[in-house]
Parts: sequence; structure tokens; C-alpha cells
Amino acid sequence: MATQHARSAARLMLAPAVILLLGWMLVPLTMTLVFSFKQYLPLRGGDLGWVGFENYVRFVTSSAFWPSIWATLIIVGGVLVITIAFGIALALLLDQPMWGQGIVRILVIAPFFVMPTVSALVWKNMFMDPVNGLFAHLWQFFGAEPIQWLSQASLPSIVLIVSWQWLPFATLILLTAIQSLDSEQIEAAEMDGAPWRSRFIHIILPHLSRAITIVLLIQTIFLLGIFAEIFVTTQGSFGTRTLTYLIYQRVLESQNVGLGSAGGIYAVILANIIAIFLMRIVGKNLDA
Amino acid sequence: MARAVTTQRKALNTLAAWTVGLLIFFPILWTILTSFKTEAAAIADPPVFLFFDWTTENYSAVMQRSDYAQFLWNSIVIAGGSTVLGLIVAIPAAWSMAFVPSKRTKDILLWMLSTKMLPAVGVLYPIYLLFIRLGLLDTKIGLTLVLMLINLPIIVWMLYTYFREIPGEILEAARMDGASLRDEILYVLTPMAVPGIASTLLLNFILAWNEAFWTLNLTAAKAAPLTAFIASYSSPEGLFYAKLSAASTMAIAPILIMGWFSQKQLVRGLTFGAVK
Amino acid sequence: MSNSIRALMGACAIGALATAASAETITVATVNNGDMIRMQGLMDEFNAEYPDIEVEWVTLEENVLRQRVTQDVAAKGGQFDVMTIGTYEVPIWGAQGWLVSLNDLPEEWDADDILPAIRGGLTVDGELYAAPFYGESSMVMYRKDLMEKAGMEMPEAPTWDDISAAAEAMTDKDNEIYGICLRGKAGWGENMAFLSAMANSFGARWFDEDWNAQFDSEAWANTLNTYMDLMTNYGPPGASTNGFNENLSLFQQGKCGMWIDATVAASFVTNPNDSSVADQVGFALAPDNGLGKRGNWLWAWSLGIPAGTDSEEAAKTFVAWATSKEYTELVAEKEGWANVPPGTRTSLYENEEYQKVPFAEMTLNSIEAADPNQPTVDPVPYTGVQFVAIPEFAGIGTQVGQEFSAALAGQQSVEQALENAQAITTDEMEAAGY
Repeated sequence: MATQHARSAARLMLAPAVILLLGWMLVPLTMTLVFSFKQYLPLRGGDLGWVGFENYVRFVTSSAFWPSIWATLIIVGGVLVITIAFGIALALLLDQPMWGQGIVRILVIAPFFVMPTVSALVWKNMFMDPVNGLFAHLWQFFGAEPIQWLSQASLPSIVLIVSWQWLPFATLILLTAIQSLDSEQIEAAEMDGAPWRSRFIHIILPHLSRAITIVLLIQTIFLLGIFAEIFVTTQGSFGTRTLTYLIYQRVLESQNVGLGSAGGIYAVILANIIAIFLMRIVGKNLDA
Repeated sequence: MARAVTTQRKALNTLAAWTVGLLIFFPILWTILTSFKTEAAAIADPPVFLFFDWTTENYSAVMQRSDYAQFLWNSIVIAGGSTVLGLIVAIPAAWSMAFVPSKRTKDILLWMLSTKMLPAVGVLYPIYLLFIRLGLLDTKIGLTLVLMLINLPIIVWMLYTYFREIPGEILEAARMDGASLRDEILYVLTPMAVPGIASTLLLNFILAWNEAFWTLNLTAAKAAPLTAFIASYSSPEGLFYAKLSAASTMAIAPILIMGWFSQKQLVRGLTFGAVK
Repeated sequence: MSNSIRALMGACAIGALATAASAETITVATVNNGDMIRMQGLMDEFNAEYPDIEVEWVTLEENVLRQRVTQDVAAKGGQFDVMTIGTYEVPIWGAQGWLVSLNDLPEEWDADDILPAIRGGLTVDGELYAAPFYGESSMVMYRKDLMEKAGMEMPEAPTWDDISAAAEAMTDKDNEIYGICLRGKAGWGENMAFLSAMANSFGARWFDEDWNAQFDSEAWANTLNTYMDLMTNYGPPGASTNGFNENLSLFQQGKCGMWIDATVAASFVTNPNDSSVADQVGFALAPDNGLGKRGNWLWAWSLGIPAGTDSEEAAKTFVAWATSKEYTELVAEKEGWANVPPGTRTSLYENEEYQKVPFAEMTLNSIEAADPNQPTVDPVPYTGVQFVAIPEFAGIGTQVGQEFSAALAGQQSVEQALENAQAITTDEMEAAGY
């Protein structure tokens, strides 16, 4: 049991982190909130006065709003599904005995070290380019018409790029979890003649649930804000304009800080809805 | 607990794993190969893999055009500084959450994580104005602070989950022996938590190294790290695949090499409490 | 602000002054285009002349550069002493008082030598707010060998029908030769630059005199339909993601029969080091429809100095050097006349050496054929050929560009794209208070 002394010391030690993050959250958020109620156009002289909820109304009634929410959800959801599904498969594979396991692990981890701008540039130019890209050559080799990845399959392309970057992360966490699985339990099931499928569903998957939740939570946090991958590849064209990108267009391309700030507040609300949703799931799993 | 495995099965595993591994690694390999081609060879149809005239001309072109050493140095300072600073703030916080939990501990933790969901583009303008006011634009200190703040929740969380696996009795025993709180953290907890701290450190170094929004928007000439270096090669006039590949390789090589050498440490602590 | 911080800042200021006495540092933000990269390689020459000015470069890709400098100038961040900006930004920023007037550049810099069309685009109320580094219009670049093979001849001043016929005749998709390459990548400075200029020759305009969006007009429908016909029948695959750079690369690889784009591209496509078709390129004026306007634009990448910089004098010295006649001669001496920054000075086009460059005359003719003050057939309330010089345009242009790009990718019909463009533009103009 912690003593009173320890408790106050604990509070003291928690304080710097909490205060810093509180400041980092509140100061910009307050400023954004203030801007969002103003007609704020830097290229027309800056602050042009209060406008009430006009920016909020304008932001949601714009034809780009709902598509941007969908694009966000599709990208985040798509990447989560792919990284978790392939992550489990890859983790199971890597857990098997084999030669050169260390090297394979190094190969699989590598994409995680690549900065998003670089990976987007490499994929866009050297793989997805419809004329000079490697995929185009591959398709032609098999006599098929090359796919115009970034225009005709824009969302899947972005999901592919982002998944490639995050697959290592998911795989690693899932692999650690699998390695901690009691192999005797599996062996016992194996002896009982349980088919592979039922072993997977009844033993492995429940054991991984905690790791899957963690992957879900951490990746969602990062994926909601992806920007570089879209900026470099499609610039928001062809239905890839996420909420983040829409705000970027309002603030920086249209230089309408008020409107963009209102969008920022909506994004905060969306993030919180998702957060609460996630916390519900994760909260349960986070208990020791 | 070695399970009896037939050689055949092992060979099959090996084949499958290597195929997948190489497939995942291929984009990086292709980038590195392309960086040694001439621009014409880089777009050759059909593409050439190994049998081309290897050249380092792209690297010398990039070196001549950009002050690579300065970008690299800035990246190291900013990523390293923000990680160290983050650890200094996070270790006490994680200690307090792990060993003196209160009713609100979990809420605080989740709240911290939720600050990471603020969309950066939405607050760019306010932060920019603040940075002007504070004279922090294009300074390594300013960027170090920002990156520390955006990664702090992850650091705290990672350390927290790691600390929780350390039995509290050991710390209590130290306390009984009359160790002060500072001693307890510095000489008892920290050494025991070295693997977790190492892993946290590495993960955050990688995240800070690769951060490409704030690093690009808050810097100009003096504090610009490798993310800005890449922005000057992304789509210039004319053929550019080979030079882009060279610049890309230069931007990712340091972190890739560091990551490979330290992958054991990185992986060991990268559990976020996923394993009980 | 606490006293200690103030003291610290004071100390820094003194430190800054001390270094300023020995060497003044200016930060120049620029775009990663070939001519700018070349200039960075010539800094030794600049420093030989001005040893106490040190230039720090921030070289960025065009989209990133725009975002960075606009953000910085609007928030008065003061990160840059010289910014590379275009004819779109200069009138807007100049009117806001954000740029330092360059009327007092030295006599020998010779402002009267600047081409009138370019100078006009950089002047607001008689004040020159940026010095042109290179200027460009757009024109037709075509493959002489392919035209000959098809038994055709390109007129000096073609119509859109001529272009259509030539594109059809040169297309040979089995051998990856596409009759025409045009910009399709969304962006106000990408596909919309081309399409706005093209629309001018079809008698279309962005706004009527009361700032009402005009995408519901027949002229715009004709423009877009013609563009779509050309691109879907004779264009390269994936054209909806092709911008200037992608098309340049295609043309250099010999995959385009024609390419209508910036005149500066001429020096790249005729450079035997980079281009496989260097000796086969012909040039013609941008097409028209007999309505009195051609589909060519006017642009000048220029150097401007943001108001409030600490190093105004040093910045002016640098700007004057980089845009001087001497700089042109320096590049000519080191890299040959074909590589000098084109399109800014009358004297360059009077130079006999430069007249030997194959694309010199067509570039000048194209620039002179563009009139930013009367860009369209019907009267408009704005200036700018391929853009509308109002602050909202960058945002609107890019969103409209995305609609047109989606149409080119086959994701929506031309009618739908125009309808959306009309709605977006009307909406944004309303938001801006028109």
C-alpha cells in the first residue's frame, strides 16, 4: 500500500508531463476555437471580426465534407484491417522454426524506418507510375493494361502505401504476443486432434486479443492524422481528400483560417468520438 | 520446448518467410538499386535489376547540391533531443502511474493518448503565431520541444506498461532500506527497466526522425532536418528517379542501419503491455 | 516576458549584430527547378563579388514552397529574406504591402529592359514588387520526325482543329507513342493553368464582370469536351496524374507527339543529355479558335523581398545580381546560351548569339501574345491569364482542378465536373464575401 508520502511524491512526478501536455493541448485549441468564430483571412488583412457559427455551418454544408469523412474512415479502417490480418499471418509464419529467422525479421521490420514522405514518393513514382512504374511493367509483361493506380484506384493505393509502412509495427507486437503463448496448450490441442482452424479460433485468437487492441489503438491515433502520403501522391484528388486534408486545403490553400479552424474543431470532435469508442474496447483490455 | 519439426516443414517455412520478407523489403531494395543507376537506366524498359553500369554519380550530384551533413546533423539533434527530453519527463510520470496508481490513472493515460489525435494541420496557424512570438521558428530547440510533446503520450504509455511488469516489492524493499525516491528511481527502477527504456528510446527516435509535418513547416534554413532535404528532390524537372532514389537512400540509411543494429532491443520492449 | 529571457534575447541580438558586421546572411526560399539549382551552383561567383553576403538556400518542391512562403508572409514569420514567387502572388502581396518595392534597384539593372508583359504582371500601382528570374508562356512542342512520317506539317500558329488532326495522325499506341500530352494533375498551377488558358481561346472565362462563376457556360463545356476528346483518344495512360514534370519526362523519352506546355521546357527537350528526341523538336504558338485569343499563358518566377526583413539591402543586392544581364552572361559563358534563364529581358532576344537558339523566337512571340490585363474574349473583372489574381483563387483553382482531373480519370462526366466546379466556385466566392 502506498503511503501518503509516496502519493504526494507521485503527484509531483506526474505533474510535469500532465502540465506540458495540457499546455500543448489547450493553448492551440483555444486559439483554434477563437479563430473558428471569426472571419479570419490572412490574405485579406487577417482578422475581419466575429461571425458566430458561420464557419461551422459552411464547413459541414460544403459538398466536400461528408466525402472527406468517408475517405478518412475508409483509409483508417482499410489500413487497420490489412495490417492486423496480414500482421497475424506474418507473425504466425515468423514464429515457425526456419533458417535465417533473424534476417527475415530485419527485412520485415524495414518499412517502419522509412519516413512517410520517402515511402510515398517511392511508391508513387517507381511502382505506381502508369508508364515507368514497376507495376506497369509487370502488368505489361503479363499482357495486361497497366492500372492507373493513383487515379483509378486511388483509395486502395493509399491504403496499400500506408499499410506497407505500418505492417511491421503490427507484426512485431503480434509476434511478441504469439511467442508468449504457452506452446504446451497448443500441443495438447494438437494431440486432441483439434483441427488447425479451431486451434486458431479458440486458442490463438483469444490470446492475441489484447495485442490486437493495442495495435488498433496506436495505429488509429497515427492514421487519423496521415497527411504526407496524400500530399505527395494525389493531393486530395480522386476521392482521397480526408478530413485532415480538407482542413489543410481550407487553411493553407484557400488561406481561410476561420473556416479551417472550424474544420479543426470538427476533427477534434471526430477524434474524440473515435477515442471514446476505442477506449471502451481498450479500457477493458487495459486492466491488468 | 522444441517441437519436433521435420526438415521438410522447416524448409517450407523458410521458403515462405523469405519470400514474404523479400517482398516487403523489395521497395527499399529497389530504391537502393535505382540510386546506383543512371537516370536513363532507372526508367529502362524492361527494367534492369542488377546488370547495369553501377554509378555513384547520383550521390555526388546530391552531395554537391545539398548540404547533407547539416540536414543529417539537425535530424540527429532534433530526434535525439526530443527523445531524451521526453524520457526525462516521462520516466517519473510512468513511475508514478505504475507504482502509485489512483482511480484516475487510467483516465489520465487515455487522455494523454487522446492529445495525439489533435489534427496537426488544424493547429498549424496558432502554433506558427506562437513560435513567431517566442522566436522559436527555425530553431532546433523549438522543433525538439514540439516533437517531444507529440511523442510524450507514447513514451509515457510504453514506459508505464513496462514498469507495471516490474514487481513493486523490489522497489518497496529498496524503500525500506532507506533509499530516497530519487535513488529508488535512478538506481533501482531504471537499471531494471533498461530494456523497456531502450526500446522506448528507439521507437521515439524513429518516430521523431520520420515526422514530416512540423519539421517541414516550422523550419527554414538553419534547423531543417532530412524531411526538408527530401522535399527538395521530390519532383524536379526532367528525369529524376535515380537522384530521388539516392536522396531517399541518404535520408533513410542512418535510421535503417541504426534500426537493424538495435532491432533486438527495439522488439524486446515493443509490447505496450500486449503480453501479460 | 521575464527579465532573464529579455536579457538572453538582448545577448542574442548583440551576437547577431557582431556577426552582421563581418557577414550578413540572407535566407532565400526557392523552388527546385533547374534554373534555380543552376544558380545555387554559381554562388562562388556571387561571393567573389559580394564577399560579405552569405546566402542560405531553402530549396523546396513547388507545392511545399508555395505553402511555406504564403504561410510565412501571411503570419509575418520573417523566416525568409528573399522568396521565389510568381505572377499570381506578386499583385496580391504587393497590394497588401507585404513586399519591398524594387523601384530603387540600381540604374545598371535597367528596369526598362524587362519585357513589358512580364514587368506589367509584377507591378502594382507603379511599384515593381518582384524581379523576374525567368519568364514563360506556353507553346506547342512537337516531334518533327513524327509529323513528317504522318505526312503533315505544323503551322506556325495552329488552331485546335490542327492540333486534333496532328494528334490523331501521330498516335501509335502499340509503340507507346501518344499524339498529345497535356497536364491532367489537379492543381491551380497544374491542370488549371493549362485549362484556363485553353478556355480563353474558346471564349470562356472564370467570372463575368459581377464575379459570377461561368462554368455553366457553353464555352467552358466546349473547352472541356475538346480537352477530353484529345486526352482520351490520343493521350498517354494515367494522364490525370501528369503534371509538368511527368509530361516532360514522357516527352524526353519520345513518348509524346505533341506537348503544349511552358516555354521553358524547350531548353530541356532540346538538351541532348536528357532528351532522346533533342534534335527533332519543333515549336509553334499555342492553338486558337479564331476568336482573337490564343491558349497560352504568362508566368514569371520572380524574386521578391518580404517587407520587414532585417537584411533588406543585402537581399536587394542579391536579387539585382540574380536577375541582371551579367548573370545571364555568366550562365551563357558556363553552360551555353540555351541554358540562360529565358523570357525576362528584351536585350536577351536582341542578342545575336541567343537568336541562334532554336526556341528563342517562339518563346518571345508567345510571351508577347499573352495579355494578363485582357486575357479573355469577353470582359472580366480580374487580371491574370491562367489564373485570377485574387487571394481565393489558389484554393478554388485547386478544387476545380480536382473535379476536372476526376473527369479525365473517367470518374465523372464532363457535365458533372462543370456542375461541381460551378458550385464550388460560387460557394467559395460567397465565403470570401463577394
